[in-house]
Amino acid sequence: MAEFDLAIIGAGPAGMAAAVTADKAGLRVALLDEQPRPGGQIYRNVSQASADRVRVLGADYALGRGLTTALAESGVQHIHGAVVWAIEDGFRLSYTANGTAAQVSARRVLIATGALERPLPIPGWTLPGVMTAGAAQILLKGSGIVPRQAVLAGSGPLIYLVAAQMVRAGVPPLALVETQSTRDMIGALRHMPGALRGWRGLAKGLGLIRELRRAGVKRFTGADRLKVEGMDRAEALCFRAGGEDHRIACETVLLHHGVVPNTQVARSIGVSHRWSSAQQTFTPVLDAWGGTDRPGLFIAGDGAGISGAMVAEIAGRLAALKLAEEAGHLGISERDRRAAPLLRARARELAIRPFLDAAYPPYPGALRPDDDTLICRCEEVTAGEIRQTATLGCLGPNQAKSFTRAGMGPCQGRYCGLTVTAILSQTTGQSPDETGYYRIRPPLKPVTLAELAAMAETGATNPEGE
Amino acid sequence: MPADAPFIALNRKERLVPVQLDGTELMLPEGENLAASLLAAGVRSFRETPVSGAPRAPFCMMGACFDCLVEIDGIQRQACMLSVAEGMVIARLKGTTHG
Repeated sequence: MAEFDLAIIGAGPAGMAAAVTADKAGLRVALLDEQPRPGGQIYRNVSQASADRVRVLGADYALGRGLTTALAESGVQHIHGAVVWAIEDGFRLSYTANGTAAQVSARRVLIATGALERPLPIPGWTLPGVMTAGAAQILLKGSGIVPRQAVLAGSGPLIYLVAAQMVRAGVPPLALVETQSTRDMIGALRHMPGALRGWRGLAKGLGLIRELRRAGVKRFTGADRLKVEGMDRAEALCFRAGGEDHRIACETVLLHHGVVPNTQVARSIGVSHRWSSAQQTFTPVLDAWGGTDRPGLFIAGDGAGISGAMVAEIAGRLAALKLAEEAGHLGISERDRRAAPLLRARARELAIRPFLDAAYPPYPGALRPDDDTLICRCEEVTAGEIRQTATLGCLGPNQAKSFTRAGMGPCQGRYCGLTVTAILSQTTGQSPDETGYYRIRPPLKPVTLAELAAMAETGATNPEGE
Repeated sequence: MPADAPFIALNRKERLVPVQLDGTELMLPEGENLAASLLAAGVRSFRETPVSGAPRAPFCMMGACFDCLVEIDGIQRQACMLSVAEGMVIARLKGTTHG
């Protein structure tokens, strides 16, 4: 089994920045990532992007090239196409790449697995033709493919960005159906002083909205009662806005109301998480360096709480400095000297977040779905079935799971976990922290017997042999 | 690419190779993401669910949702995590006959 000083899971901005920083400090670093090329979802495929693709995606996307270039020039062992399915104390990481299971061991581990789209359960959200807005961006970044007759629905700055990118690609969306209201925006104004400190982000957002207006893209705000219509595929998005019912015929519905930390890996090894009411999600409990309550285990990037790509990169560097110091490659005073400008930059970048969180809250209709709405996509469990388990006395998601199978499918609760916690918490009156979350166990992704058999042939030990 | 496909490709792809989808031959761009290439080829449904037989298609495109599961050489794989290779034999999972 290959041994490293540091294993990093995820090659997005946090993982790449941490890998390069730790490598420079003299640590032997393995960077494991599921994709064929580094970048994460935010900088997906950036090292291969043509000039025209960069024009469509924007200058912020091109920033990722600095990181992918630095990674390519470093001594980091980048294990691409690697799906990590177990992490054990010690640390030992099991993963599958090219149809073979394998393991690496490392004294320290950094989890940089980023974010997932916040689940947006509305009637019809499982129909073919309904995707996340992030998925549309991935299709554009990775493959240059754009939906032709699309409606974007939900809330958050990503909706403006995706819409603007579609306009630049020459395939504008039919409409933006935004769920945030004027009241949300007015409530957010108290965070304006902070937002003005992060004025660059604010200016970018306003620029995108101007771009959409110039292109004549129709916008609805304060939308409610969202529903996708269709028999075996999406045919229309229905909603209520401005006191009227609307129906927009379309082929693709792109949903988004923020992203949430992907906590699967951290939870599987027992890292403590707490409910964040500002972000309406669970976040891991971390110190200022990204250290968890498990010695040697760190988290950086959106997996630590949603802060965006720039903060992720900074957090990756900070974690790497602390890890290098712990490994004896960096003195404490040198660590702190190098951390000081990073901490200042992070505070500057974070200044806009309270404004964004308040101005673009999650769609309330998806946080309290109607009884008939499917909330677990894999096992096709409805919100009503979860409510019923709560009235029967079920207090937590793990009990609800054994009653209903919600969270037992292949996605392992990635797209229903927060909804189940929310519904139980609303029904029982207990807080989300008291209600808790699914217990996450390995394998984190399906692994076949053939893949395990191939590992046995290479002489690695059985990861389940305890 | 069929004229009624819900997705369009911005650039023409270089090298198209034959793959089989439920016994029908499709020409897809070699090395490109499989799920994206099937969408661009006009494939709307990727599988039926084991519970109700409802059709599904890619939802997250990042390996998290498993809605793009297809069977390749007898093994269920996420189409969004694979690249197109010449001669791939892809089968769509049918209703309640699996899982």
